[in-house]
Amino acid sequence: MIVAEELRKRYRGGHGTIALDGFRLDVPAGIVHGLLGPNGAGKTTAVRVLSTLLAFDSGRAEVAGADVTRQPGLVRERIALTGQYAAVDELLSGRQNLILFGRLHHLRPRDARRRADELLERFDLTGAAGRSAKDYSGGMRRRLDLAASLIRRPQVLFLDEPTSGLDPRSRNQVWAAVRKLVADGTTVLLTTQYLEEADQLAERISVVDAGRIVAEGTPDQLKSALGADRLEVVIRESDRLGDAAAVLARVAGGRPDIDPDQRRLRVPLTRDRVETLTAALRALQEAGITVADIGIHQPTLDEAFLHLTGRHTAATPVEAA
Amino acid sequence: MTTSPTAAPATTAPATTASHDPGNGGLRRAVSDGWVMAGRYLRHVVRAPEEIVIYFTLPIMFVLVFGYVFGSGMSVPGGGGYREFLIPGVFVMTMLYGIGATATGIAVDTGRGVIDRFRSMPMARSALISGRVTADLARALLEIAVLVVCGLLIGWRWHLGLGNVLAALGLLLLLRLALSCAGVALGLAAPNPDTVATIVFPLAFPLSAVSNVFVAPEMMPGWLGTVSEWNPISATTTALRELFGNPGIGSDSWPAEHALLLAVAWPVALIVIFGPVSVRLYRRLGQ
Repeated sequence: MIVAEELRKRYRGGHGTIALDGFRLDVPAGIVHGLLGPNGAGKTTAVRVLSTLLAFDSGRAEVAGADVTRQPGLVRERIALTGQYAAVDELLSGRQNLILFGRLHHLRPRDARRRADELLERFDLTGAAGRSAKDYSGGMRRRLDLAASLIRRPQVLFLDEPTSGLDPRSRNQVWAAVRKLVADGTTVLLTTQYLEEADQLAERISVVDAGRIVAEGTPDQLKSALGADRLEVVIRESDRLGDAAAVLARVAGGRPDIDPDQRRLRVPLTRDRVETLTAALRALQEAGITVADIGIHQPTLDEAFLHLTGRHTAATPVEAA
Repeated sequence: MTTSPTAAPATTAPATTASHDPGNGGLRRAVSDGWVMAGRYLRHVVRAPEEIVIYFTLPIMFVLVFGYVFGSGMSVPGGGGYREFLIPGVFVMTMLYGIGATATGIAVDTGRGVIDRFRSMPMARSALISGRVTADLARALLEIAVLVVCGLLIGWRWHLGLGNVLAALGLLLLLRLALSCAGVALGLAAPNPDTVATIVFPLAFPLSAVSNVFVAPEMMPGWLGTVSEWNPISATTTALRELFGNPGIGSDSWPAEHALLLAVAWPVALIVIFGPVSVRLYRRLGQ
């Protein structure tokens, strides 16, 4: 449904930033595909290129069966875009906005009005239909924006960081709307810097860094790309970290990572999980080391990201719990 | 859209011949989309009337201040009442200041996310500009109507028949069309809507001051009078005075003698310059 081959894009002027550098993507129909990456990785540029907003320098892109360069009009008939900033007319009311976009989608006036009312209802905006969009809360505006994207039931929906800056409740509403869309057969390309969002919504994730895809797979695959689960131990006295590391190395058979600030040690699990854990606990107690916490952990997507790009993600959601 | 999730990519969309693309959808769609966009801009006027009120207040203030405060000390070459002399110029000045509304409107649109929605929709790309220009002409009609009433109240009249009045109206709308093109270019070039006002006022004020709107060029120092006579604003003002039969066409200089010609030539020149500039700047949004 979305195919990108070796896309390259260099912005003119300034420092001639290379935004896309051999970007490839192949998204089948009917799924949410996540583009995960830090600010400036090229996610937004990729979305702008694929949605015909931005010309690219070389490569080939096809969206919903139409070539982005040669048939941009066809692409535009089949896609919708909801960007980081609510793309609505601030002066018009919510209803007027939807009617306007319906008319520009070449619906007849009566059909445009009917569709507007349906969407207002569906996104819980009927009560605010007559108010100017500039008086909407952030969440309402984003819902209106999403509603505007759905006037013509797009085959492909681009969601560029759809929940950045939203409170948890509005974020959940947006997520619910996206899930419903996909259930109805729309293909969604979602960009996000929020690991949780990608984990929650996307069936497949491409990790973007410096204008190219550095890894791709299901959220679980990306996590296991880091390797095995690990045994994590937190001890009480930081002066015993060295001793604890020696004990763990003997029991687990690997060299532990040490985080002195957290007094935490991590060692990959290579043998039986439960046996290793009990053996480690016993050995630590015998050595007279007080264990504050012990457990087995799957690597987080954040760690996977760090592993793949050498950097932490720029942001993790504050309200991630 | 009812493709199965397992369908191969890029083969699920309705078949289309490889080279066929609806593109901007032809002239008919361009006209209807432009019309819808014009309606959008006019709804803005209704929903946020304070903006147009500001654009009304300025010319009316000028009429009152110059017509009653300074006007008593002004003399009109060739005789005649100062207020009859003033009103045609105020019509023109109002058209000139409209450039600020156009540029701000376009800068607001292109500076926000809404431009991305318009550009990702299957609408004619020209509609944003053609809609704005159409709405500007409708606004101009409203502004002119208010000024006509205002003028009639303080004693201004037209003296030469309806044909001339319509010709004058045509010249005003032609000028507004040209300034609208310039305003679109300015709005597209401006980095943000706030800078528009700081560009427009220093540009528009001298253009209206160094013209024959308030003072006849014959009364100005030599070179300033020449600049004033060749000013596009003066050309339309003089043409209007001729068409309305209002006083103040005393000069026998070339631009004053050929005011009607210049009142057409100047706007056409502005359109020829700023039309393509606007289109170029608009296309640059996708680079």
